[in-house]
Amino acid sequence: MIEVKVLGPGCKNCQTTHKLIVDVTNENGIEITLEKVEDMAEIMSYGIMSTPGVIVDGKIAHAGSIPDKKTILSWFKSSCCPADDNCC
Amino acid sequence: MFNRLADFVVSELLGLQADTSVAESLHFFIMDITKIFFMLILVIYLMGLFRSFVSAEKVRNYVQGRAEWVARSLAILLGAVTPFCSCSSVPLFIGFVEAGIPLGVTFSFLIASPMINEIAVVMLFGIVGWKITVLYIFSGMVVAFVGGIIIQKFKPERWVEDYVWKIRMGEAQTLEQDNSLQARHRYALTEVKTIVGRIWKWVILGVGAGALFHGYFPQEWASNLGDANSFLAVPLAVIMGVPLYSNAVGVIPLAEAMLLKGVAIGTTLAFMMSIAAISVPELIILRKVIKWQALALFTGIVTISIILVGWFLNSIL
Repeated sequence: MIEVKVLGPGCKNCQTTHKLIVDVTNENGIEITLEKVEDMAEIMSYGIMSTPGVIVDGKIAHAGSIPDKKTILSWFKSSCCPADDNCC
Repeated sequence: MFNRLADFVVSELLGLQADTSVAESLHFFIMDITKIFFMLILVIYLMGLFRSFVSAEKVRNYVQGRAEWVARSLAILLGAVTPFCSCSSVPLFIGFVEAGIPLGVTFSFLIASPMINEIAVVMLFGIVGWKITVLYIFSGMVVAFVGGIIIQKFKPERWVEDYVWKIRMGEAQTLEQDNSLQARHRYALTEVKTIVGRIWKWVILGVGAGALFHGYFPQEWASNLGDANSFLAVPLAVIMGVPLYSNAVGVIPLAEAMLLKGVAIGTTLAFMMSIAAISVPELIILRKVIKWQALALFTGIVTISIILVGWFLNSIL
């Protein structure tokens, strides 16, 4: 299971990002646990200053804007069916 | 190009007489709307490409440890080219504090960032022309520069919430990034989609209001309102503007209407700056990191700086 965190104090862009990740992973059958992090100390502990930030398995995947779907998909590249071209 | 398109639609497609109010309004509307959307898309795209190279984290590293005036100038320039939704102010603030960047410099950044951005610049340029646009950018930078210096004199460090000092920024590994030009292009396109998707209604509304003024505005109004340009007009406009909250897009049509009614440029620009620079939602967010004394100081100093700039512009123009 891939662990994904959306970092941000709960603004509109963070919510949109959260929803996009849910959509993309559902569409592609990728199983993740998704968590919203609104605690400032925890957000800063990743060294992120611009929100929304996205953490995938403890690594910074994105910061400062709403990511597009293709970018979201690329985070899970290695973890989903590499043989299937339709997947990633 | 845009003029010809408007000519074509108004006189060829709709067959309107060129010198009627309807035709004039419509011509203005079509010309401005096409021009502004064209410029917005182009500029947001280019800024998106640029931003895929610059992040808030890099800005922090840039500013950290520089001589104060260099740090301040950099912070203002970067505040102008990097957007942040106001919810990013808190992490940005903490990040700057943690890097040991003087609070006055951080405030310069916080003042400049909402006032100067590419959308405001494009809208102003399209609606009121390049001269006022340059004046606006320059005035905004002056307010941010001077405001930050004055705030620093009050030693605002004592009003920072205690927990802010305790936060330590960590560093996490970054996932392998796609740094190809293609990925940057995608990033920029997403920016265009997100931003234009958010503001298009305001642009149409704003240009529509402008077009109505253009075709139907009676000249006599201007002379009647001419004497509103007294010394007190600037502080009045600013005090009205501070509690109003709007993004730059919503303000510009209002500014255009004020200019058309003969309100002086300094007064109008001061009004615009006061709306963009200080807003209640931003103050509420900043309250999470600084005490109310610092908020009052921030509001007071920015307000006074804007009034001074307004007076100055009115006296030289």
